[in-house]
Amino acid sequence: MWRYITKRILVAVPVLIGISIVAFFLIRLVPGDTITALLGANYNPEQAAVLRAEYGLDKPLVMQYFIWITNVLKGDLGQSFFTNQGVLTSIIERLPVTLELMIMSFLYSVFIAIPLGALASLKKNSLLDYSASFLGLLGVSIPNFWLGTIFILIFSLFLGWFPSGGFVSFFENPILNLRYMALPSIALGASVGAVVMRMTRSSMLEVLKQDYIEMARAKGVTRKMLIISHALKNALIPVITVLGIQMGYLLGGSVIIEKIFSLPGVGRLTLQSITNRDYILMQGCILFVAFGFVTINLVVDIIYAVINPQIRY
Amino acid sequence: MKEFWFRFYKNKLAFAGLIILLLFLIMALFAPLLAPYDPYQMNPGAMLNAPSSDHLFGTDQFGRDILSRIIYGSRISFKVGIISVGISLFIGVSMGIIAGYYGGILDNIISRIMDVMFSFPQIFLALVIMAVLGTSSTNLMIAIGLVYIPIFGRIARGSVLSIKDSLYIEAANSIGVNNLVIMLRHILPNIMAPIIVQTTLSFGFAIRAEAALSFLGLGVEADVPSWGIMLNQGKDWMEMAWWNAVFPGLSATLAILSFNILGDGLRDALDPRLRNDID
Repeated sequence: MWRYITKRILVAVPVLIGISIVAFFLIRLVPGDTITALLGANYNPEQAAVLRAEYGLDKPLVMQYFIWITNVLKGDLGQSFFTNQGVLTSIIERLPVTLELMIMSFLYSVFIAIPLGALASLKKNSLLDYSASFLGLLGVSIPNFWLGTIFILIFSLFLGWFPSGGFVSFFENPILNLRYMALPSIALGASVGAVVMRMTRSSMLEVLKQDYIEMARAKGVTRKMLIISHALKNALIPVITVLGIQMGYLLGGSVIIEKIFSLPGVGRLTLQSITNRDYILMQGCILFVAFGFVTINLVVDIIYAVINPQIRY
Repeated sequence: MKEFWFRFYKNKLAFAGLIILLLFLIMALFAPLLAPYDPYQMNPGAMLNAPSSDHLFGTDQFGRDILSRIIYGSRISFKVGIISVGISLFIGVSMGIIAGYYGGILDNIISRIMDVMFSFPQIFLALVIMAVLGTSSTNLMIAIGLVYIPIFGRIARGSVLSIKDSLYIEAANSIGVNNLVIMLRHILPNIMAPIIVQTTLSFGFAIRAEAALSFLGLGVEADVPSWGIMLNQGKDWMEMAWWNAVFPGLSATLAILSFNILGDGLRDALDPRLRNDID
């Protein structure tokens, strides 16, 4: 097992190097350069030359990359052109909001989707099954930004049950925090829940056909035990892989949801960096999000290997 | 083929998806004939009018007819969908076939490139590419196309690996058939089933991505009647005029839903082993 984990981590290393190259060179593709963009209408060649030298942008690209990546490895992602704040500090300040959004969406989708998927499989071709399947299809098809907008329209503007945007820290006021996070997390988690529900249903249907289920039934195992300990436990193994992939998508989706609900998270920070053409910040956000995505996938792969007895590496 | 059509026809949901998509396609192709008003025509006397017999889906803050804009919006969605999926299909499948067929160092390089591209959440990567390229319909198609390349690449590579050692490929090799001919004539037709399914599903993704990026102001130009742009502008007025936020999103959802159910149906019909629902 340790050999597998080490191997899996080693495989992630070239990917991380690739990510750093993409994050670095993508920003260099911007027409003109970052200094031209920064100075905008106030551009003058002398000032631009001074700034280029100050930020090391007058050096060859490859050298710039190595200087940058060395700093990144030391935990220095650079400084925002606009706020002069450290990029890593800005990201870490915003991270709890994004993490809370992701975790709430994740929990909400897991606690609703898995039981619903399992129930649908047990009551195959019933009204419940059809409704769950339809909900699943709808869930994967509704764009989360539209769902978020509709939630604001119904639950904030018409009914007034939830605030339409903003954020209060959980440690400051837990109740208010949950009220602020309810709509965004449901809007973000809907598609994840739908995918998980569909996967649980089909995985359960497959497991329920297996011989060992028949065997357990013949041995007189109670229905509750049969479903929970024998069927669901095994059916959830592929669901975990899907959950991991979806967790990564939550990270991407949070960019839009944070914007709609005015949540001060990493996604909104990325959007702000794009709007302000703050390339150093944008580069840091790209690196951070991709790094997070790879880490999530790595953890899921390892969990999958640990819990799946069929896999031995 | 006959069996495929029979299986597909039997799947009523997938068939319904196909019909809805055909309606959208007709809407996109004949937009100038079908739209009751000019989608760009502002009318100060009809600002934020509720749905009525004059304007079935109401009007926006400039008095433009929402139904007409939705009809024209389907053109943008389908254009972006077709071109961006075309880009990812062509590049992704080519890369996947080359990687799977030749193996070795070439496979390693291509697979690592795919791994890196897969390391970014798709919508996030598209957003960043748009930020770099700048907002325009062409750039949007390039951005969405680039993002979905690795999906096609992986599917094609996996499929090639599963048939690469088949006797007919070996036979073609042994009589000296050119590699390109083997890839195009013998491999490609035999790996089409999963690629067709993925293409259908990718149309849904592309429509969603176009709407999402335009919604964020990083998609098509602001004056283009795209569903995402309409939603972006409509959400600011939705307290007074809900129809501004509801109908464009509903159209996008319906189009994506249709592609998804069609994709599911095609998967079931083309390869029953890949079925999502086990009977």
